[in-house]
Amino acid sequence: MTIALSITKNIHDWLYSIMPETAAMYAEMVLIALVYLGVFAIAGLFLVLLERRVAAWFQLRIGPNRVGFQGLLQTMADAIKLLSKELTGTAKADKFLYNLAPYFVIISSLMALSVFPFTQEFQAFDINIGIFFLIAVSSIGVIGILLGGWSSNNKFAMIGAMRSGVQTISYELSIGLSLLTMVLITGSLQLSEIVEVQKSGWLIVQGHIPAIIAFMIYMIAGTAETNRAPFDMVEAESELGAGFHTEYSGMKFAYFFLAEFINMFIIAAIATTVFFGAWLSPFGITESIPLLGVFWFLLKALILVFLMMWFRWTFPRLRIDQLLTLEWKYLLPLNLANIVIMALLVWHNLTISF
Amino acid sequence: METVTLDSNFKSEEYFINMGPQHPATHGVLRLLLTIDGEIIKKVEPDLGYIHRSIEKMCERDSYQQIVHLTDRMDYLSANINNEAVCLTVENALQLEIPERVKVIRTIIGELTRISSHCLWWGVMGMDVGALTTYFYGFRDRELLNDIFEETCGARLTMNYNVPGGLMFDIHPNFVKRVKDFIAHFKTKLPEYDRLLTNNIIFQKRTKGVGILSKEDAISFGASGPVGRASGYSCDVRIHHPYSALDKVTFNEALRTEGDTYARYLVRIQEMWESLSIVEQLIDNIPEGEYRVATNAVIKLPKGEYYQKVETARGELGVYIISTGLKSPYRLKFRSPGFSNLSLLNHIAVGGKIGDLVASMATLDLVIPDIDR
Amino acid sequence: MIFSEEGSQYLNVAVPKEELHAIMFKLKHDEQTSFDYLFCLTGVDWGEELGVVYHLESTVFRHSLVVKTQTAERENPAIDSVCDIWATAEFHEREVFDFFGIEFTNHPNLKRLFLTDDWDGFPLRKDYEDNINMIIK
Repeated sequence: MTIALSITKNIHDWLYSIMPETAAMYAEMVLIALVYLGVFAIAGLFLVLLERRVAAWFQLRIGPNRVGFQGLLQTMADAIKLLSKELTGTAKADKFLYNLAPYFVIISSLMALSVFPFTQEFQAFDINIGIFFLIAVSSIGVIGILLGGWSSNNKFAMIGAMRSGVQTISYELSIGLSLLTMVLITGSLQLSEIVEVQKSGWLIVQGHIPAIIAFMIYMIAGTAETNRAPFDMVEAESELGAGFHTEYSGMKFAYFFLAEFINMFIIAAIATTVFFGAWLSPFGITESIPLLGVFWFLLKALILVFLMMWFRWTFPRLRIDQLLTLEWKYLLPLNLANIVIMALLVWHNLTISF
Repeated sequence: METVTLDSNFKSEEYFINMGPQHPATHGVLRLLLTIDGEIIKKVEPDLGYIHRSIEKMCERDSYQQIVHLTDRMDYLSANINNEAVCLTVENALQLEIPERVKVIRTIIGELTRISSHCLWWGVMGMDVGALTTYFYGFRDRELLNDIFEETCGARLTMNYNVPGGLMFDIHPNFVKRVKDFIAHFKTKLPEYDRLLTNNIIFQKRTKGVGILSKEDAISFGASGPVGRASGYSCDVRIHHPYSALDKVTFNEALRTEGDTYARYLVRIQEMWESLSIVEQLIDNIPEGEYRVATNAVIKLPKGEYYQKVETARGELGVYIISTGLKSPYRLKFRSPGFSNLSLLNHIAVGGKIGDLVASMATLDLVIPDIDR
Repeated sequence: MIFSEEGSQYLNVAVPKEELHAIMFKLKHDEQTSFDYLFCLTGVDWGEELGVVYHLESTVFRHSLVVKTQTAERENPAIDSVCDIWATAEFHEREVFDFFGIEFTNHPNLKRLFLTDDWDGFPLRKDYEDNINMIIK
């Protein structure tokens, strides 16, 4: 508990003591970045394993359970295999863009991870435009997909990339608007402020009806953002090979693949922060133990990740035109109406708070 | 085979895609040459022959018992019914009197084969439109049937249980009980299939109004089986030209008039219920008697032409034998249901999107070895 | 060589190939026959002639008919196509062309169906020889 806090404080003080101030600041930032990189790369691997076990559970089978205890080392083994694969490339591919594309995707995912409040003291970057930053950064990932599809010089990959680009851009609107609905209650975009406001009740409870609608729209749009079923026309395995990442192999493919799972975690983490109170425990039961916040945050995020996996293995996929109709003709008007309702609620102090 | 269709009307915005022989969506080795414009399909041309084994030529030198073995490999999902077709042709030509026991058992096993084929079809249908879990649920039920077949017939897929003159061996003592258990089990599973896929709004949006086939076109293209019945064309061979014990059972024909993918889907689901009801009517009253009538070791059909139609899970299979009195047929032709069903793919897919093509093909339920023979 | 038709399952009619198309057209469109379902189109090598056998059925009256035609020319056999009458004939005639070499006039797309385009010969003919692929007992 206080040991961990004092570790960060000790490292901070030690760095400042041995170097001039600016150098110490840079060193601190690099250190935090490396820690996050390490933790979330590993976390991505375990999310892949979780997906495979959950999928197996839905499909009446067992899933990987041989490599390591209950299959925990399975993705590690897969990662090592991917590392050792030959980096193939097509002759006519645009070399520079082809190599650059995966980096866009993975970098935008990792950047978005920096702002989450895992607990009171564990927040790497508490900027006052928190939510705005999150949405902006996750939009950068689209560039990677479009570049990857186009530069592969492969008809199938290009079709997949176009579909994906159009899908992502459309659903970002819905994500932004549903998050804005909740910002109306908190009055601030800063993530730590949002958590502060939730100490008197989680936002989904405070905002009752419009908040629940916003949450449902957010989950649908979030699933579409990450190109997961039922919105995975992009990577529709039974139709066009593997979509925009057909021509990638080895580590670059691993980037795309990992980025998808980390994105899923990001969507769940945003929902946890904005709707479900981040690291706050229900009814404040364990507020006295500060580091337990991490556990609550992860628990809530993982429940939402499980929900997204449930969607994938149950529903058939929507056709691309049905997908876009859903967004532009149904979700967007609903979202706009919801904002108005929420505004009225806040104005007349009809929110529930404890 | 040329890789590009040299069509003088090929406009520059049109795109040429090859859904090649190895592909997760085509059920077997079928190559489709698609000409598309954005997402809209302009032309579909199938390229066949990847699994052509010249079965018809082989039949011209094999004896009739050997021919029965070749028929399993055509439409392997309705293997029993294919065997039954050839055996019935031979028996009708020789004018053999088949015992009632044989007829009833043949019908029961034929209907169970139909259910097994439709279970696999349902699983693959879900998989094609994106619901990957349905594949496992369909196979779970198919495995139960495969176990029943293995115990009685000796094999899970290529059963070869029928011989000209009857059955190869008598049914296993456990057969009746296991079939009854299966019926009870499957009746709880079919509503589950409905909850998972049939009533799912996403699935309905993917399949309603897609790939419409009118009744006149269905008849003109020679569509049979569920494809024809979904367009309103009453073509069930079991009703119009009954064989084996089918004239003793009562069942309804699954007919719909819309002719779209959803109608074809519903027709097959209803066929599963009807097959369950046929098996239920017969399983308790299997008459006693011989399981086989003796024939000569070397069967020679009298001179003439013989035609037998049966209803496989895909549609109407026809066996046409021209015999000159020798031990092999002079010419044997299999009229396969998939062949005619495939010819209407271009007609129903043009103007739709690629996703629609995949959904329509899933409901045509093509098995390529049946088409290529 | 035409085999005996007495006692056959269906009524067999042999027509000369020049009148095939006209007769087929009439069989489909005439109110009293209305044979709108062509369920089997078979190519046969009768030894000296090459022939085609059509099995027709009517969905209205549920009666069936077999129409046979043949040509004595083995070098360049040609028979009229019935694609414009029944759409199912398109693929069936391609198959007959592939295996027997019978050319169907007015067929929209007469190419080989199962075998590769550069295949030599017509396998289902009785005089087809292939020492590598065929095993004759």
